[in-house]
Amino acid sequence: MMGMSSRSFISSAVADMATTLEPTLDVSPLVVGGREFRSRLMVGTGKYASNADMVSAIEASGAEVVTVAVRRVDLNRGSEDGILHHLNPNQFFLLANTAGCYNAEDAIRYARLGQAAGFNEWVKLEVIGDTETLLPDTAGLLEATRVLAGEGFKVMAYTNDDLITALRLEDAGAVAVMPLASPIGSGLGMLNPYAIRTVKSRLHVPVIVDAGVGTASDACIVMEQGVDGILMNTGIAAASDPLRMATAMRLAVEGGRLAYLAGRMPRRETAVPSSPLTGMLG
Amino acid sequence: MTLMVNGAPRELAPHSTVGALLGSLGIDPRLVVVEHNRLILRDRDLYATRALNDGDVVEIVHFVGGG
Repeated sequence: MMGMSSRSFISSAVADMATTLEPTLDVSPLVVGGREFRSRLMVGTGKYASNADMVSAIEASGAEVVTVAVRRVDLNRGSEDGILHHLNPNQFFLLANTAGCYNAEDAIRYARLGQAAGFNEWVKLEVIGDTETLLPDTAGLLEATRVLAGEGFKVMAYTNDDLITALRLEDAGAVAVMPLASPIGSGLGMLNPYAIRTVKSRLHVPVIVDAGVGTASDACIVMEQGVDGILMNTGIAAASDPLRMATAMRLAVEGGRLAYLAGRMPRRETAVPSSPLTGMLG
Repeated sequence: MTLMVNGAPRELAPHSTVGALLGSLGIDPRLVVVEHNRLILRDRDLYATRALNDGDVVEIVHFVGGG
């Protein structure tokens, strides 16, 4: 099969397969801030070549949580480029982000604007500290988390993979902490599995790895660390075929989760035969 | 009167309301959030009566694609 026919085949096959595997083997669903989510994969909506590509990829990903950004309406174009023209808010859980904010005050303002859109009181909080690396400003992030959590927001805080910051975010009232695998949009995969495991082992709130996943193996390895989920955007949107990559990411997240639950065999520096040593011919 | 709307000056008839501004821009109020002089207008029912004045700053935002 080639071209559009293979795409539609994948799309329908994905619909048939969705949720047949995971619920039976991953018996504990993802719960964040008291709400249960059907998928451990969360996806962004930016950078797609077209809105149609975005929608088909997001559907193939199986994601329930879908992030969106708050921006000025382009008054020369009207509101047609708004995401709500393309995504049904009843089908997905829209999670407004504060991307592009470089201090706590701006992030709080954007979070309130996102809330006023009327879908929910959740926010994916970003306070960026540097235009080149897009690494978080952790002081601003903590401040904004405290303020927004105090206002009743369910704050999912995008942060680096530093344990102390993660602990402080939890103390500040974040309902989930979102350490990066590697910088936003870099596709470098997980740079420090030790740090991610450390954060996961010490926090009580869910740990959702956000940013840096470049391909399915990256997603699988992240989930094998035992984290609760992954949020990604560019890894799917910038693939040559976002629909296929979204499907691959869904399977990789499920695979990595199941491998984590299954418990991997110990690593050995020596070979151990899989077949019996006895019963060999004389 | 002149207002700053989404960062650019815009002429509007005196005694205009937020609702009238959105109407003149062809914007569906259900798809946007309006901030008037840094105050978020959470109740869309008030758009029709919320008066605008010369020099006011209005931001009209919506959701776009993002991670």
